[in-house]
This record gives sequence, structure tokens and C-alpha cells, in this order.
Amino acid sequence: MKVSLNQRILSRNEKAAAENRAFFQSQKILCLNLISSPGAGKTALLERTIQDLKGQLAIGVIEGDIETDNDARRIQAVGARAFQIETKGACHLSAEQVQDALRKIEAQTLDLIFIENVGNLVCPSAFDLGESGRVVILSVPEGDDKPAKYPGTFAGASVVLINKIDLLNYVSFSLRRVLADLHTVNPKAPVFQISAATGEGMDAWYGWLRQHLEKNRP
Amino acid sequence: MHETVAAESVLRSIQEHAQRLHARPIRAVISCGQFNALNEELMQFAFETAAAGTICEGMVIQIRQIPLRAVCSRCRKTFDLKLMEPFCPQCRGEDFEIQPDAPLILEEIEFEDQQ
Repeated sequence: MKVSLNQRILSRNEKAAAENRAFFQSQKILCLNLISSPGAGKTALLERTIQDLKGQLAIGVIEGDIETDNDARRIQAVGARAFQIETKGACHLSAEQVQDALRKIEAQTLDLIFIENVGNLVCPSAFDLGESGRVVILSVPEGDDKPAKYPGTFAGASVVLINKIDLLNYVSFSLRRVLADLHTVNPKAPVFQISAATGEGMDAWYGWLRQHLEKNRP
Repeated sequence: MHETVAAESVLRSIQEHAQRLHARPIRAVISCGQFNALNEELMQFAFETAAAGTICEGMVIQIRQIPLRAVCSRCRKTFDLKLMEPFCPQCRGEDFEIQPDAPLILEEIEFEDQQ
């Protein structure tokens, strides 16, 4: 006996994501979901961004890691509100976990929220958190084949950051190839070459943030 | 391994249907879009692990991959988009609108025939 169903499997995540999205829109909050491999520099990027912009904006961070609250403590140390989600084995964050974290950091008083997803280039991209946009970060030492190997992740990006650009002369990495592959899978997303360590290129990233914050509150 | 989460959700749904119908499920068909990135072998493995000791133990899970669809801005043709070959197969146009990716759907469950 066969039973036809047509039942949505991740409907719980989809419902929570839709509620998060409605919350961000009503509160005029820009919420960005950061996706990258482990070690691409997501936390370093946030530390520098917070230090440079905290005088102008109320910034909060939701941290996702399998274990430890190391990242949340790093964010708090530079003066932003942070809440750590320990996923205990799960390779991505879910919209329900984010919903809970939003209450804990009193999100309604913030202008800008970063969700630092679990370091992983595959799984997080399959889960909508209700975010306003996705920031995909690729770092130079990871190699120049990542956009071609993980096209789905890069295709879903609102903006792509190539981090650790200061290491370009020390490793084998074809910037031309990366830019060409990014243009193939996602011609609409702007690409910024940055170094969260030296500060190189960060102004262009801040410009993009400001532009999207303004778009959010006309 | 986000297949684990998907497998657990699929298992819960199938168990509910099995209970309602008083029948033993043997096979299920799932469909998903390209951004769900579900691997069939991993999904089967994750499902077997989750289903061990339940009425769903031993079930076969099949995945139907739904291609990403796009509409060409020039000739309006709707086509299956390959991310690494992003152009319209009819007019070769490179300007197109990507349609929403197919969600993860439990399409069908097959149950053992009852005597």
C-alpha cells in the first residue's frame, strides 16, 4: 500500500525562520548569517568590525559552535552583547535556536545582529534562520577551489568576503580563479578582499553594512 | 551531517502515519532542492541509525533531487539551472531569475501489505 503525502519535512524550522524574519523587519534590525569553514576568520572579522563600529551601532552576536563558549567570550571582550549556542554535535544552527538566543540578548534594542554559524561550508546553507542576508567568508589559505567545490553555499551569499588577503603572497591561491568562479555561481553578490588581522579592505565591508542598514530603515 | 536532523524529522512523520494506519512502513520517497544538499547514502545511514528499534527499522529511503529552476530574462524560457554553467540553454542569455529552491518534502510512504 502506498500513501502519497506531500508533507514538508523541515516545516518547524521554516516556521521559526519566518517568525525571525518578521521580527527583524518589524524592529528594523539587519541580521546577517555568517557561513564559512572552520578557521576562515569569522570571529576575528566580528571582533574588528565591532571595535570599529560599536560607537555608531548597537551590535549583538549569536555564536554557534559544537562545544565551548570561547567565541562568545571573545566577542564580549571587545564590547558587544553575545550569546553562545553550543550545538553539542550538530553541524549547523536552527531557526528555533536563534529564536531563543534573540530573546536572551534582548535583540529588540539592537541595530545589527551577526549570527556566527557553526564552521562548515555545507550544512548551515541548508537551514534558513530568517536572516536578512548571508555573508560567506573564504580565507586565502583554504585554497582557491572552494567556490567551485561548494557552489550552492556561494550561490546563496548576499556578499562574499575573501579574508586573510594579506597572506596572498605566501600561499598558492589564484585570486583570478576565485573571482571568476564566484562570478559564475553568483554574479550579483559583491566580493570584498579583506584582512581582519591588518584591517586591509575593511572600509569596503563597512560601506556595504552601512548601505544595507540604511536600506533597512528608510 | 545535517542529514541527521532531516532523518529524525522524516522518522517522526513516518511513525505518525504508521500508527494511524496500523501498518509497517517499508519504503519512503523524499524530494529535495539543490540547496538542501542531501546525500542519499548519508540520509539512508542517518535514518537507519535513528530508526533502530522502531517500526521503521529496515526501511529504504529514496531521494528525488529537484533541479534548481530559473527564468531567462531575455527569452522567458524556464530551465534547469546548473550552478557552474549558468546560462539559458535556448538563447544563451546570462541574465535570469532563480526560482525558489524546492523544500524538503516527504512525498510517499509504502507500507507492507496486510493479510
